[in-house]
Amino acid sequence: MNLKTKYLGLELKNPLIAGASPLTASVDSIKRLEDAGVAAVVMHSLFEEQINKQLHAIDYFLFNGSDSYAESLSYFPASDCLQNAEAEHYLEDLAEIKKATDIPIIASLNGVSSGGWVNYAKKLQEAGADALELNITYIPTDFSMDSHKIERMYLDVLKDVKTNTSLPLAVKMNAYFTNPAQMAKRFEEGGVDGLVIFDNPVRVDIDLETLTAVQKANLTSSSNLSETLRWCAILYSNVNLSLAASTGIHSAEDVLKALMSGANATQMASALLQNGPEHVKSVLDEMTLWMQEKEYVSVEQMIGSISLKHTDNPAAFERSNYMRALLSYRY
Amino acid sequence: MSPKTATIDANEAVARVAHKINEVIAIYPITPASVMGELSDLYSVKGEKNIFGTVPDVTEMQSEGGASAAVHGALQSGALTTTFTASQGLLLMIPNMYKIAGELTPLVIHVAARSLAAQGLSIFGDHQDVMGVRQTGFALFCSCSVQEAHDFSLISQAATLSSRIPFVHFFDGFRTSHEVMKIELLDEAIMKQMIDEELVFAHRSRALTPDKPFIRGTSQNPDVYFQARESVNIFYEKLPALLQEQMDKFAALTGRAYKLFDYIGAEDAEKIIVLMGSGAEAVYESVEYFTKQGEKIGLVKVRLALPFCIEDFIAALPKSTKSIAVLDRTKESGSIGEPLYHDVLTALSEANAEGRLDFALPKIIGGRYGLSSKEFTPAMIKAIFDELGKEKSKNHFTIGIYDDVTHTSLDYDKDFVLEDKDIFEAIFFGLGSDGTVGANKNSIKIIGEETPNYAQGYFVYDSKKSGSVTTSHLRFGPKPIHATYLIQKADFVACHQSVFLEKFEILSHAKEGATFLLNSPFGKDVLWSKLPRDVQKQIIEKKLKFYAIDASSVAQESGMGRRINVIMQTCFFAISGVLEQEEAIKKIKKSILKSYGSKGDALVQMNNKAVDNALENLFEITVPDEVSSEIKMQASIKGDFDAFVENVTRKIIEGHGDELPVSALPNDGTWPSGTTQYEKRNIGLEVPVWDAEVCIQCNKCVLVCPHSVIRSNVVDNSFLADAPEGFSFAQAKGKTFQESEQFMISVAMEDCTGCSLCVEVCPAKNKSQTNLKAINMQAHAPLKEEGIKNWDYFLNLPLIDRTKLDHAKLKESQFLEPLFEFSGACPGCGETPYIKLASQLFGDRMIVANATGCSSIYGGNLPTTPWRKNADGRGPAWSNSLFEDNAEFGLGFRLTIDKHQTQAKELLGELESEVGKELSSEIINAVQHDESDVFAQRERVQNLKEKLKSSSHPQAKNLLSLADYLSKKSVWIIGGDGWAYDIGYGGLDHVLASGKNVNILVLDTQVYSNTGGQQSKATFTGAVAKFAAGGKAQLPKDLGMMAVAYGNVYVARVAMGANDTQTIKAFIEAERYDGPSLIIAYSHCIAHGYDLKYGMNQQKLAVESGIWPTFRYNPDLEKEGKNPMIVDYKEPKISVKEFMYNETRFNMVQMMNSADAKAFIKTAQHHADEQYKRYSNLTNIDYSNKEEEEL
Repeated sequence: MNLKTKYLGLELKNPLIAGASPLTASVDSIKRLEDAGVAAVVMHSLFEEQINKQLHAIDYFLFNGSDSYAESLSYFPASDCLQNAEAEHYLEDLAEIKKATDIPIIASLNGVSSGGWVNYAKKLQEAGADALELNITYIPTDFSMDSHKIERMYLDVLKDVKTNTSLPLAVKMNAYFTNPAQMAKRFEEGGVDGLVIFDNPVRVDIDLETLTAVQKANLTSSSNLSETLRWCAILYSNVNLSLAASTGIHSAEDVLKALMSGANATQMASALLQNGPEHVKSVLDEMTLWMQEKEYVSVEQMIGSISLKHTDNPAAFERSNYMRALLSYRY
Repeated sequence: MSPKTATIDANEAVARVAHKINEVIAIYPITPASVMGELSDLYSVKGEKNIFGTVPDVTEMQSEGGASAAVHGALQSGALTTTFTASQGLLLMIPNMYKIAGELTPLVIHVAARSLAAQGLSIFGDHQDVMGVRQTGFALFCSCSVQEAHDFSLISQAATLSSRIPFVHFFDGFRTSHEVMKIELLDEAIMKQMIDEELVFAHRSRALTPDKPFIRGTSQNPDVYFQARESVNIFYEKLPALLQEQMDKFAALTGRAYKLFDYIGAEDAEKIIVLMGSGAEAVYESVEYFTKQGEKIGLVKVRLALPFCIEDFIAALPKSTKSIAVLDRTKESGSIGEPLYHDVLTALSEANAEGRLDFALPKIIGGRYGLSSKEFTPAMIKAIFDELGKEKSKNHFTIGIYDDVTHTSLDYDKDFVLEDKDIFEAIFFGLGSDGTVGANKNSIKIIGEETPNYAQGYFVYDSKKSGSVTTSHLRFGPKPIHATYLIQKADFVACHQSVFLEKFEILSHAKEGATFLLNSPFGKDVLWSKLPRDVQKQIIEKKLKFYAIDASSVAQESGMGRRINVIMQTCFFAISGVLEQEEAIKKIKKSILKSYGSKGDALVQMNNKAVDNALENLFEITVPDEVSSEIKMQASIKGDFDAFVENVTRKIIEGHGDELPVSALPNDGTWPSGTTQYEKRNIGLEVPVWDAEVCIQCNKCVLVCPHSVIRSNVVDNSFLADAPEGFSFAQAKGKTFQESEQFMISVAMEDCTGCSLCVEVCPAKNKSQTNLKAINMQAHAPLKEEGIKNWDYFLNLPLIDRTKLDHAKLKESQFLEPLFEFSGACPGCGETPYIKLASQLFGDRMIVANATGCSSIYGGNLPTTPWRKNADGRGPAWSNSLFEDNAEFGLGFRLTIDKHQTQAKELLGELESEVGKELSSEIINAVQHDESDVFAQRERVQNLKEKLKSSSHPQAKNLLSLADYLSKKSVWIIGGDGWAYDIGYGGLDHVLASGKNVNILVLDTQVYSNTGGQQSKATFTGAVAKFAAGGKAQLPKDLGMMAVAYGNVYVARVAMGANDTQTIKAFIEAERYDGPSLIIAYSHCIAHGYDLKYGMNQQKLAVESGIWPTFRYNPDLEKEGKNPMIVDYKEPKISVKEFMYNETRFNMVQMMNSADAKAFIKTAQHHADEQYKRYSNLTNIDYSNKEEEEL
């Protein structure tokens, strides 16, 4: 059985990638994922805020209160050797992980604006990342911001990152573009090597005790796979990019479906958080078993087999079929 | 190759050398010398090696006494050792200095010379401390400038090695220690040539070692002590020549030649001034100026003050000398002259008597100048030379003040200035928090290091820690700068905060035709009309070139927040013409890259953007011909004040304290209480506004307010009939109050610093807009008028009867009137809420001994002080003795009070028949645990006093003067952790052991906050502090448990933000306990490095993580058969990380060395976990007396 696939130009021994999650933040858990058979790991994200905010904070607090009173002209020892701790730790962790593992490690950067933080793309490459996943999710609250401007912003960030690194690059897209297909095309033109379909945004909630809005981890289930399948199917063969199916990949069946819809690989996160790194092994085992039973010889042969282009029922992926789906449910 | 230059202050100039030529450095913080120790620590943390190829060991001690002993020990065991100190610190070294000198030990102590605490403390510069160690046997060696301080650090070390006489190398505190000046640096090669290796070996060979044992430090008897004491004379005789030898060697290496006494002036000078220190530079400048005009005057700069070399001194004087004025920067009350005067007089008299003087004995007069950094200007120098020219010159004069009591002062022409076209002088007025000083330091560095110009910078700061005004004095020019006084008339005046224009006479400092730069929120068209009338007038009359910029907006747009430093710096370079604009901008950007390059592009870009935006937004204003404004200068004080406040306090506030004559000032250090109420500082840009409808009336905002600006009250409806419009109140909640009673919170907006602590602790949310609470910050300006009206109205309402309130309840305790208000503490201070609480609970019977530190500064720094009295005229009596002695000082209060009370009781017994048996026995037997008991006793005492007044008993008057001691006095001993854990621990321990009824409040910020955040033994593991630049590795000392060990000490460890009720209980229990009580109070601090509005939340996390265990140990419980230990916190439920990584002090380690950071966290976590187990085990001990009962 040949489970091999290619993603962002990387040879993967199987199509199962551990997506960015708290589980991909430490050497220990990444090692466990590797032992369980995962093909590659996307490290937890390094956020723009982590890179910039800490710098501004330290700059501010070292300055705050200084040169005001003659006895205490400063409150901290002068230090010219401060580093951006969180970002530097990420680099240290990455280097350590690379040393401890043999599978490809994909670093992940998360941010929306152009600025100094994109320099970290270069540092990630130097620290040994095999590829880079760029998570750009902008939630517009500015009512005067038109969609064109927002889309331009995404592409500008991409451009900035591209100038800083020669690593294979994937954009983790969100599903909220008016025309995701066109956006995918524009990312391709902007020079990405792949797309992750889709980003799973953090969950917003309200805490009735403290009367405040809160963010919570957004764990998915297989039922969240629908949009991923639809857009993998639509994009397959229409863009010359690697596609990674993400959001809703929980079981061997989900992996198989995603591959058939057109994904080159799949990213699993929630299921690993819920079931532990060892879940990888059972998914791969089940998948192999299914393929054996159905007499598939390779993953390659099933990729895109039920894409919009190759399906016997293209209407299933199209919006007009919504009514029919509902009707069928009624009976 | 020309030598490398640097633009630095003397503290750095000295530290750079001292760290290179020593092996062991023992340090302790004291202003203005702390920086030398801090830098030494930093150099060692960075791994910088000395000239012997090893990194010096830098150790912080618990006091200067400890530092000097460690130095003594290190020297005795053979290391090259040094220390840095000043003022009281040097005095604490005296015992060891005698030993070190007596044992002929090479040592240099570097001293940033400072005033001594007498009628008041002063952190500023004069020679009192150094003159206080004349008798120890140390050589006194004085630097007059930053360059000399750098050079003499090395020369003195070389000379101490060759002479074996220890040196005090000193320079003027602040004026030299903090003056930034361009100097030539000594390189390692020169240092190696100056420090003779053979002499180092010789020093080692004299060391104590078991490999070659001997005994030193014997006890000597009448037979030999005297002779042995005289045996060292020969070393002192040789010292001057040996020092000159090192000076000559130094001159050969560097080209900078010095003599023991340097003469500057006319060859045929008749009038000579003799002095030492920075003042000599000012005299140098004046002498140069006047000799060019043909004046026959000169100056003798004294380098080696002790031993005083008569021969060299006489050799330095021109033969034409007719009169000499000897200036001492010290004061020895009762003496017939100060030390340098005495030495000069003795030297010349002896020489004359012995026929060694080859000219006629000149007239010699002595005078005092410059105490506590009092300005010493060319006008004063001119007056002294003029005095020398008079037939009858005033001896024992003072200069620089107006002494209208003993008439010592010389008159001088205050308007006289030296005209020097070659120096560009600029003066900048800024706010402490706006970055003005930092920007100016940077500008000096740019000019000093990037151009051939000489540069000098000196900075003057405020007496308050919040909203403080800073003044920067910058001089640049092609010639060396000797002006060691503030700029009097500037070529460039910048006002970085437009509100200053209405408060200070900014433009009185401008020369005619000078350039004036203003940061103002107003645009080009309206700006002129917004200026005060007086400012307009000066701009027109002085023909100023006037530029402005809205720097605050530019800063906001550039992402700089409230920091306008780079923006105003850019404007300065753009219009001052000091450098060509384009070149200047390039240099600013270069320095930005240098400062921020290592920290990241984002900061570089932000600052660069600010530079560009500044240039775009700077504009020139065409000055109209006529004054049009009706805006007047603001009154500096407001309220119902007395003549003293009007005539003295007001002048100091307005910056005219220098003009106050001797007669205006209290002669014994006694000042009136409660003067902060008159100084409306208006520094809060945003102030809290109360929402009566949302409020749940918990009073937490009142509790946490560091400046006592939030007050609450409950009054009956009937009082509120005339309430002004906008004065809000709501029906009072709770069983304590009637239906007709109204609750209100009022804010003294003019006294608020805008810290937002109140908003953060407010638990009530607005139901319709959850981003609002019951108290919210709003812009101050539009609210100001109404705010004043409401506050005045609030203050005139009757206070709640305090006897009706349950003081142990948080809410009710906060209706009590604070007798500590509007202090100069930092915005968001974590200490002052505790002090205020004590003043609310016990203020009318408190007597406070306050250790030197933050609490003594915001508690007692002139011009205005926060401790006040209530309507009855009672309130806390407050005093600060020293840093190290506070516990003992407070115990002294107790001893007196107890003695006077006993005496009063004895007399009362004697006078029983006079005053009535019943009253007498009631008074004598009164129990005064609680406030109601105290009030009842006061009534009895009042009754007693009435009776005594009409009594003819011979002891009646005696008892009358002691009667008030019959009612309870509450002794409070307050200070920080630097005092309690370190320097004052010995005394604190002794007082705890005394069993006496004192209450000790330790405001624990875990650092020496007042001197800028040096580590103490309270500092947490993993925190960066000065003297612990790499993070503290040791665990903090558990002062609480050490006190618990006594068994009869009430001990509480509290954190108001974690448990306010426990805090209040602890205060009440401690005060009630008839024995020593110790409260250790977690105080968040600006030195922790986070937005202090979250201070109370951080306190909560500190307790929840187990880093700060809260408990109460009450020995009274044991008497009831209960366990005295009550642990007030729960098993740690969050990790220490969750507390630590919200604060820069811990984050910094992470950013410097992540491996260390991880190790620190592990240690801290283990400690927190283990500590909880240990504490909770103590609560399991059975204290019940069952067995005894059975027996």
